[in-house]
Amino acid sequence: MITYLKNFLNRIFVIGSIAFVSSFFMADVAVAEYGDVVINNYAEAQGMRPVVFPHWFHRIRYTCKVCHSDLGFKFKAGGNDITMFKIIDGQFCGACHNGSIAWSVKNCNLCHSGKPGTQTQVHESTSQELAVPNVRR
Amino acid sequence: MNNRYRIFWIFFGLFCANFGMAANENNTSKDAGKEYKSPSMAYETRSSSKPLSGSNSFNRLLKITRRHQPPAEDGIHDPENDGTHLLQPPREAFENLPKTLSDLGNGVDWVRAVDEHFISPRWDMNDPDEQPLVMDMNIIRFPRGSIPNELFPHRQHTLLLDCSNCHPSIFIPQKGANQISMAANLLGQKCGTCHGKVSFPFSECKRCHSQPKKVAGRKERRR
Repeated sequence: MITYLKNFLNRIFVIGSIAFVSSFFMADVAVAEYGDVVINNYAEAQGMRPVVFPHWFHRIRYTCKVCHSDLGFKFKAGGNDITMFKIIDGQFCGACHNGSIAWSVKNCNLCHSGKPGTQTQVHESTSQELAVPNVRR
Repeated sequence: MNNRYRIFWIFFGLFCANFGMAANENNTSKDAGKEYKSPSMAYETRSSSKPLSGSNSFNRLLKITRRHQPPAEDGIHDPENDGTHLLQPPREAFENLPKTLSDLGNGVDWVRAVDEHFISPRWDMNDPDEQPLVMDMNIIRFPRGSIPNELFPHRQHTLLLDCSNCHPSIFIPQKGANQISMAANLLGQKCGTCHGKVSFPFSECKRCHSQPKKVAGRKERRR
């Protein structure tokens, strides 16, 4: 009886470990929205989650010109040297996210909401798709 | 464990793991279908009387069918973060917006959405009444070979952008001064500065290459 139980547990262990190991080889597909930008220039080194910027949400409310011309955002993910100091000073995100136009910087976790370890990227962008298709980056 | 049977159980374990994953994938795609029907999927079901079995469905470009997921399930937001659950799910925002037929990118026809006042994005940060300076000028470019000519409409671009966004840093405002190639575009230069990242992707060829070339001798073709 004991040997039977032992064998049974052993089998479950083998099956479980195989399932566990094989789960690492499965392509972990991110299905985030087209144009979502992850910014991880400084955040994770400073102990915060990376920032996720949803383009779709902002383009419903503002034309491209507002951010990319008036606020001086360059057309490059990670190409803008954004720090919390500049945001509190009213530059970049801080131009709107100041508590009068949009919610203020006190809501850390609404921006800093990315999965730890996610690289700076434009999600689903052509260059990303061409480099490593369908794998979580 | 008995060494003789060990190999059998390893294979059985692999089989079980595979089965579990397949079942899991099926569930997620079924749920996605129930909640949201993309235009292309709707077209597929209309054209066939019976639904196809899961692995035989038409997915030529290996597109991800699970789309517009809420932030907690989208793979780049951290579900353990409390702020993630306060963010708006994209599907909720896209519900009433006009869709493109191809359903690529966001699947939203953004220009039509602005034109037909589904959305009214602000031109100025503070003043909701300020209107863009729209310039209506089409530019036609002639690519080599049988590739249809490319029509660049200034109107759709000036609805959302300022002249200084593109000129002169990305495009020199002078006829024949810009060398544009699809290779450059795909690498994120020229048109690829926005297209393929945020604006509609390059897989929608015909939205730019929209002017078929007049082929010599077409009339003489026998029928």
